[in-house]
Amino acid sequence: MKNTTSAVKANKTVMVLLILGLSTIIFPLYMTIIIAFKQPSEMTNSISGLLSLPKTWSFDNFREAMEVTDFWNSLRNSLLISVLTVVLSIIIHSLMGYTLGRNKKSKFYNFVYLFIVSGMFVPFAILMMPLAKQTAELGLANWAGVVILYVVFYMPMNVMLYSGYLVNIPLALEEAARVDGASTWRTYWKIIFPIMKPMHATVAVITALAVWNDVMTPLVIMAGSSQNTLPLAQLNFQSQFGTNYNLAFASYLLSLIPILIFYLICQKQILNGVVNGAVK
Amino acid sequence: MKNDRQRTFLLITIPILGLFVCFNTIPLIRGVIYSFTNFRGFGSYDWVGIRNYVDLFSDARVGKSYLFTIKLAVVTTIVVNIISLILALGLNSKIRAKGFFRGAYFLPNILGSLVVGYIFNYFFTYILPALADMVGIESMSTSILSSPNKAWIGIMIVCAWQAIAMNTIIYISGLQTVPEDVYEAGGLDGATGWKQFRHLTFPLIIPFFSINMVLSVKNFLMVFDQIMALTKGGPAQSTESISYLIYNNGMSGGQFGFQSANAVVFFIVIVAISVAQMKFSGSKEEQL
Repeated sequence: MKNTTSAVKANKTVMVLLILGLSTIIFPLYMTIIIAFKQPSEMTNSISGLLSLPKTWSFDNFREAMEVTDFWNSLRNSLLISVLTVVLSIIIHSLMGYTLGRNKKSKFYNFVYLFIVSGMFVPFAILMMPLAKQTAELGLANWAGVVILYVVFYMPMNVMLYSGYLVNIPLALEEAARVDGASTWRTYWKIIFPIMKPMHATVAVITALAVWNDVMTPLVIMAGSSQNTLPLAQLNFQSQFGTNYNLAFASYLLSLIPILIFYLICQKQILNGVVNGAVK
Repeated sequence: MKNDRQRTFLLITIPILGLFVCFNTIPLIRGVIYSFTNFRGFGSYDWVGIRNYVDLFSDARVGKSYLFTIKLAVVTTIVVNIISLILALGLNSKIRAKGFFRGAYFLPNILGSLVVGYIFNYFFTYILPALADMVGIESMSTSILSSPNKAWIGIMIVCAWQAIAMNTIIYISGLQTVPEDVYEAGGLDGATGWKQFRHLTFPLIIPFFSINMVLSVKNFLMVFDQIMALTKGGPAQSTESISYLIYNNGMSGGQFGFQSANAVVFFIVIVAISVAQMKFSGSKEEQL
């Protein structure tokens, strides 16, 4: 009897602590929202001036921020790069993972597997300068080059995930199709690719999140192309108009909205994907 | 039939491997080659042998960036893993609205680190000093980002804010693998509270602890966005991470060759740490 009451008490304490802890997450977001809606004249140096609610909820800051950061073009570039990278990753990495996972006994394919997976240890810092030169030489110093690079950068991780997942798919499925006269290529698309659907979801989530928020690759590769991704637009905005904080925060909030919406809709898939990607 | 299978595998492998070599292996080799030259990023250049490497070890700025990056990585890893473990235990206990809490606590991880950095930049520059003024703590009335001694703490907080979300979710998935009867059996032997955690829970989630350690150390060693958003390496070059220094001086500072040498050393450090960690966590898991 005593035990259960103390357990209930403990759970209540945990609840209270968890709610208090949430303030560390809510406060920065609250701050972003209210500053984004305020006018510069409302921003005094006292804490009440900084954190009080805006007098009017006007969308003027957002309208101006959209113009200054060329929001719609940046959003389109970010979407284009992310969607293309995810689609290409699912196709290319699953094919590679399948090939390498089904040839574990071959020395050649084993070497290829280790060769690609060891790419995970290569930090971007060492590739950055040669890649800036190389993409410029190849005429790829633009969003297309960034997509190609992402497909290469996330290959080690994704190939490992796919070939690991393949262990659970019995070879007998393919052999049955082979007896019916289907080619390996056809069998892959008809049978294996659909079965790997859970892994496609994991790969899509981790690749999309990483690509969407990445700053360094577009910064290094697209710097001269006068095109922006959403994070790059924030970086450029900051160096040009950094002192108008209300405008800046409106722009930050705008750049966060797409991913927030995505998270609200697919929260479950995102959490599962992130955990699978890290634990597997 | 057998031939078709082998031919298909080969036709898949060759173009994809080619792509990988083109944009990973070749630039890696080019980076190593540049590290033996005095290339400035444009114009002509000469071979300088290992001079860049010799200079690297006597360069105060490079040394400082390694010290800063390693300090940041070690401290942040410890802070993040302690908080994440506690948070995961809380989120895994019998509470109401579990799904909501988990979703909310994961939120920081999906936001772009550059914009998060800018938001915290404002917080450290204006809100925190105003708060300190109000409460009357004088040592905090200026921005911590403008102090060479304290700026790294700001960077640590921002790194931790996002990383805790990630590590917590991994610890939770670890805690879910611990079967309920382990606790019941332990309870009979008097293992509750800290004892239970130390002797029952923690040993069972060591694989997840390893994942988090590897993930944290590697991510924090490569820190870039947060530096870009919060301090740009300042004040007085006190917060230049290795990646930031390579980017800043290599891409636009005319030190292409020299920073390539720096990047090669950084690459070796990352490989060494990753291998050591995997060996270490591998042997720990075997002991169980």
